[in-house]
Amino acid sequence: MAVAVEVASWVAILAGSFFALTGGVGILRLPDLFTRLHAAGVTDTMGAGLILFGLMLQAGMSLVCIKLILILAFLLLTSPTATHVVAKAALHGELKPLLGNFHSAWKT
Amino acid sequence: MFSVAAAAVLGTMALVLIRAMLGPTVYDRILAVNMFGTKTVLLIAVLGFLTGRPDFLDLALVYGLINFIGTIAALKFFEYSDLGHAGQDARRGES
Repeated sequence: MAVAVEVASWVAILAGSFFALTGGVGILRLPDLFTRLHAAGVTDTMGAGLILFGLMLQAGMSLVCIKLILILAFLLLTSPTATHVVAKAALHGELKPLLGNFHSAWKT
Repeated sequence: MFSVAAAAVLGTMALVLIRAMLGPTVYDRILAVNMFGTKTVLLIAVLGFLTGRPDFLDLALVYGLINFIGTIAALKFFEYSDLGHAGQDARRGES
């Protein structure tokens, strides 16, 4: 049983690391702000969620686990709000989403 | 295992920092800084487990909240040029 929990925690932490790196590459490579918001969402939900879940499995039932749950809850509340505010401010700031002709924008 | 996660989070922070320096708009930079803060929270949590002292989690909790407030404040400043602005709802109420 302890081995199963350990393996599950490793798998969650490694998958979370993978998603975090994916989002990092995405925020660097994607062509405009509104697509980069999507990459930021990947790291905030899957990356942070899976890494913190793996750490929770390592911590077991303790005060550390409760703190990790609090961190995860705050991240899940604040990161979509921050993403929404960035998109709203960008739209009010006259930043147009990239529509059509995707390949030419990709090369720049 | 924790060192792999710490390395991945550090690599992500480097990539995000490159985007924060490249821009091109101010919103890209703010998005990158917000994401950098989220990764910092993760890094603090992972480093606490890596060194066997998970006491750092309180710092991660506070950092996450301050990061959110900072992002909202910076965006409000760039959207309205005024941190005391009441926002759209107040304007709708006046008319």
